[in-house]
Amino acid sequence: MSEFLSANLPYLLSGISVGGQYALIAIGYTMVYGILRLINFAHGDVFMVAGLVMVYATASLPIPVSLILVVVVTVALGVLIEKVAYKPLRSAPRMSVMISAIGVSYLLQNCALYFTGGLPQIYPAVPFLSEKIKIGSATTTVVTVITPILTIFLVIVLVTMIKKTKVGMAMRAVSRDFETSELMGIKINNVISMTFAIGCFLAAVGSMLYFTNYNSVIPTSGAMPGLKAFVAAVFGGIGSVPGAVIGAFIIGICENIIKGLGWTEFSDAFTFVLLIVILLVKPTGIFGEKSTDKV
Amino acid sequence: MGKKLRPAAAPEKKLGSLIAVLLLVALYVFLFMLDNALPTNSTTIMLITVLKKGAIYALVCVSMNLLNGFTGLFSLGQAGFMLIGAYAYAIFSIPAEQHHSVYQYFDGGLINFSIPESLGNLLGENAGNFLGAIICIIIAGLVAAIFAALIGIPVLRLKSDYLAIATLGFAEIIRAIFQWNGLGRITNGSNLLRKYTNFHDIKIQVGGTIFQLDTIFPFFIATLSILIIVLLVNSSYGRAFKSIRDDEVAAEAMGINLFKHKMLSFIISSFFAGVGGALLAMFQTTVQAMPFQSTMTYELLLIVVIGGIGSITGSCIASFLYIACSEWWLRFLDSGSFMGMSVPFFRDGFRKVVFSVVIMIIVLFFSRGIMGDKEISFSGMIRKLRRRKQVKATVADEANQGKEGETHE
Repeated sequence: MSEFLSANLPYLLSGISVGGQYALIAIGYTMVYGILRLINFAHGDVFMVAGLVMVYATASLPIPVSLILVVVVTVALGVLIEKVAYKPLRSAPRMSVMISAIGVSYLLQNCALYFTGGLPQIYPAVPFLSEKIKIGSATTTVVTVITPILTIFLVIVLVTMIKKTKVGMAMRAVSRDFETSELMGIKINNVISMTFAIGCFLAAVGSMLYFTNYNSVIPTSGAMPGLKAFVAAVFGGIGSVPGAVIGAFIIGICENIIKGLGWTEFSDAFTFVLLIVILLVKPTGIFGEKSTDKV
Repeated sequence: MGKKLRPAAAPEKKLGSLIAVLLLVALYVFLFMLDNALPTNSTTIMLITVLKKGAIYALVCVSMNLLNGFTGLFSLGQAGFMLIGAYAYAIFSIPAEQHHSVYQYFDGGLINFSIPESLGNLLGENAGNFLGAIICIIIAGLVAAIFAALIGIPVLRLKSDYLAIATLGFAEIIRAIFQWNGLGRITNGSNLLRKYTNFHDIKIQVGGTIFQLDTIFPFFIATLSILIIVLLVNSSYGRAFKSIRDDEVAAEAMGINLFKHKMLSFIISSFFAGVGGALLAMFQTTVQAMPFQSTMTYELLLIVVIGGIGSITGSCIASFLYIACSEWWLRFLDSGSFMGMSVPFFRDGFRKVVFSVVIMIIVLFFSRGIMGDKEISFSGMIRKLRRRKQVKATVADEANQGKEGETHE
């Protein structure tokens, strides 16, 4: 066991780190799905845009200012997407909203392709995060260690917010029943905007950590992490924040162990196998609530 | 007795199908001219490219529409099935002596024969290529259909968005499997498959002259496939599909076996996606698993939406429009100049940005697309025209009668 651990320590570490980054994206998916019953296909691309904004911002601004700018721009983008692409379709069938989400994803990817000219953009080194550090037998960067800590801290803050504050209560009410909560005087549009803002804030933080690890941003680099984060959300039970986080860590770790075993081609496919297994065995996920079909 | 109950075919219907057949024949004559008689300049080359690719996309979009529009199964696995079709086609049609160079990293590959070539030895090269290509295309469809049957068993139990994400996942798994070096002796790992029979090899020999069938061939396959799908949609199976789309619970209560019909729709749609993939492989002359990503499925889905979900003619029109715009008409957006003026922001990729903005506008404000769920049919047009004439005639009659009445007074 200890032999296995020491041999696979680098993979385990990077698995935990990637898992934390997926978790930050997955929260955006799970909260939006909880409230709007929408797979926000554009979320992964918002994450990618956050990476690009960082690249362009650091070209002329100091790093701390850029970091703040990234968060602000990403949150604004997320709220804007909701207002423009999802709000007009609130009473439309669910399929239409999903198609709109796919359209937004297509638009963001093409815009990114246009602005970058198709060339991979080198992500700037954030001074503290990209320093080297030694843990046991493995050398890694600070970001690997910081990610899980930061993720868990942010999740605790978020869960407390959802449980204790008025906005959180409104969110829970809206996710339980859209119309009734509207009748109770909850301004659902504000709540939905708030959900998107939180999701995008976490995606922005996630992008800083993720791209510090991966160094370059291309227009499609949001797609795969986005899908994996969604799978994590489903795995943990969609609508549940702690579930999404646990799912993301499991996916991140398994994926890297698979890479460690030399099956790199299947590290992406594994995620989807996991998705299909969980959908068949327990469609509501680990922490999901059971929903019943009504005629 | 049974025959008497069926209403006699309306004269409009006969006339309408006659017009359709005539138009189709005219189209084929034109395509034949395009391949053989017309001079090759930049316009005809562009036209040929657009027509070929448009026909392929039309077929794939119609097959996607069968699933998403007519059966109401929101599946995003189309690219995966196209990938299977493309690979199945290519693997069985690489000539034997080329295996050595194509599978250079996998010592010549496992499959050491090519169907077009073996048939060619029996029937002569041209006939062999033609028949071999068709057989390979059918194999491509069948392999895709078999995969669909296997995937469908677990996946079709899922509802709406879970189905979408699961099919998307399966497409990714398929891609990973085809890129895996362990299967390299069959799939060539992540390397290109090439040198197989493509559109340019499809020729026909009449007397002493050889005619090219470059553009006709994809049209022929696409028309045939779309025709089969149209017949299916108009059959009792098609009605069952539509009832599942409109209300699953009600359909089940009416005695429709949900799983069986969903499976049928999924398999047939995948079969034609496989055929489309094979044609795409022929068009591209090389195949690699990499481009068959979720983005490709999204693109197809958006074309279906532009054409109108649930309209076959809509999907066809939208495919040709989309391909014509992206390959030809909107090229100038990428070129940096417009009618002689240089426009700085017209550079690589701007075309796609314009495209996606247009698509978003359609999705948000014209969600019914070009055709909604209606079809273009000539018999319908004739009926409308006749009715309008009749109405005009009766109006004129009444007016005349009124005038007569006035003069009498």
